[in-house]
Amino acid sequence: MKTAVMLLTTATLALSAGAAMADTSGKRIALSNNYAGNSWRQAMLKTFEETADQAVSDGVVAAADAYTTSENQTTEQAAQIQNMILQGYDAILLNAASPTALNGAVKEACDAGVLVVSFDSIVTEPCAYRIAVDFVEMGRQEVEYLSERLPEGGKLLEIRGLAGVSTDDAISQGIHNGVEEFPQFEVVGSVHGDWAQDVAQKAVSGILPSLPEVVGVVTQGGDGYGAAQAFAAAGRETPLIILGNRQDEMAWWAEQRDANGYETLSLSIAPGVASLAFWVAQQILDGEEVPKDLTVPFLKITQDTLDEQLASTPVGSVANVAYTLEDAKAVIAGAK
Amino acid sequence: MQTKYRILLPLISLAVLLAATFWMQPRTMSYFGVNLLFNLAVPIALATIAQMMIIMVNDIDLGMGAFVSLVACVVATFLQDTPVLGTIMLIGLILSYAAMGALIHRLELPAIVVTLGMSFVWGGLALFILPSPGGASPGWLRALMTSKPPLMPMAVVAAILFSIVTHLLIMRSGIGTVLRGVGGNTRAVQRAGWSVIWLKALAYGLAGLFAVLAGMALVGLTTSADANIALRYTLLSIAGVILGGGEFIGGKVSPTGAVIGALTLTLASSFLNFMRLNPDWQIGAQGAILILVLTARLLFAKREART
Repeated sequence: MKTAVMLLTTATLALSAGAAMADTSGKRIALSNNYAGNSWRQAMLKTFEETADQAVSDGVVAAADAYTTSENQTTEQAAQIQNMILQGYDAILLNAASPTALNGAVKEACDAGVLVVSFDSIVTEPCAYRIAVDFVEMGRQEVEYLSERLPEGGKLLEIRGLAGVSTDDAISQGIHNGVEEFPQFEVVGSVHGDWAQDVAQKAVSGILPSLPEVVGVVTQGGDGYGAAQAFAAAGRETPLIILGNRQDEMAWWAEQRDANGYETLSLSIAPGVASLAFWVAQQILDGEEVPKDLTVPFLKITQDTLDEQLASTPVGSVANVAYTLEDAKAVIAGAK
Repeated sequence: MQTKYRILLPLISLAVLLAATFWMQPRTMSYFGVNLLFNLAVPIALATIAQMMIIMVNDIDLGMGAFVSLVACVVATFLQDTPVLGTIMLIGLILSYAAMGALIHRLELPAIVVTLGMSFVWGGLALFILPSPGGASPGWLRALMTSKPPLMPMAVVAAILFSIVTHLLIMRSGIGTVLRGVGGNTRAVQRAGWSVIWLKALAYGLAGLFAVLAGMALVGLTTSADANIALRYTLLSIAGVILGGGEFIGGKVSPTGAVIGALTLTLASSFLNFMRLNPDWQIGAQGAILILVLTARLLFAKREART
């Protein structure tokens, strides 16, 4: 009898829990991703997969599948989005190859009644939701940090990302805003590191001989370690390099810190933003009233938190946070 | 292979792939579905026709993708803001393509090198015009590309229209025959009193024209442009021509086949997407489909040669 009561209670509990989530239990969510060729995106896909698998097995949604285009091209991603509409997904999470060139496909999705939530690299189409990162602010904070560390200023080398991508533009814009705000700094050189250590190393090695002494390197993430290697190879003193949360960068930083007390700042977006997008989409599907524009904070690593973050980041990956439903609710509440 | 049968194999490949897609994803079997499957094939089809014009005269264009991207950037900025200037620029681009053809012939340069070199010029100009993604599609272009004609979706209507127009131009008209003759036997065409340099310029000019149309169609669909938007079109267009029954030398091309080839390639990637194939394997699988069709063609050609 006792067991029966307990079973009944469990069943009721399960039922009520099920009822709370019943609204989205039949919904299917797809992730449209344009690129998987760096540690950040790999971590993003992994976090999404973990969140999605958990949510599916908990019955929160019926399916949550990740798709990545085989080449990083807007035309291909537009086709991918259109295919998702045809596959009957209820929501599409989108890390976009272009802020504007996918608007046609996004509009098709909205017109077909499919919810579109763009994050990280967002789209401008008004019918889509945006979980944006304030990349301009991120660039500005880099220079602000430099001004605290090097009040007398000096010459800077800028490493940019992939040419023609909006994130690259925004961070660079922020850096130049920062330089205007702190005029003791001057950007004397700029190379494209494509957010990859090897590309950055090659590019920095190429420009170094033509540069005067630089006191700092402002970066976009994924390029700090390559820059450090290039400076070492050229036999020049390592300047203050802003890092981007990559494991190799943090490991190098810890090594330098132990050797000569090197101090810097590392900041980037946590790839877990994909899980945030997932929960936001789930909330919208659940009927929650959500503003179209949301902002996600960036993940900053300082001298104090370095060891902790480095320990929790797998080799070859990037510092991460997996966002939960509560985080999503907080972000939504914050934007209202 | 006889010209009459040249079109058969591409047609069968497309039909088989389409049937498989319908079977796998029944939702695609509708006006709405077919349009979504094929609307992005429209610019690819136009780029493939452009590439065909160049392959027709025994050359190959490795700058097609960059050129279409540049056109897209011009369309999304100048044609939108200052239509007159934009039109002049587009005409200028077509003429520069014609000039490139004349230059290749006059200096006896390998087209593969010149077009590859020019691709960096196009790419640089595109970045110059649109350093970051943006611009907007002219309203009429957007309306045209999202129009919903009765009976058949826009993409199908466009594909049929392109096939008919280019078929008449290349296969039926007198000048089309001479152009194919340049690819078949340049010397004979020259002896017959034709100026080959003008013919080459014409072929490249036609390629430029269709590439411009491809860029316009693309912007009409995407609503904006970026400097790298169509880089894939270089290889897609070459593959489309070959898949559609064309050959690299001898002026043996098929405009209808080229259009079908472009549709097949687009469908193949959607099909692989529906199969939920790992993206790492998708490019390989796309290549496998291509090799499969070409193998089939070779087998047919051999059997025909024997009989």
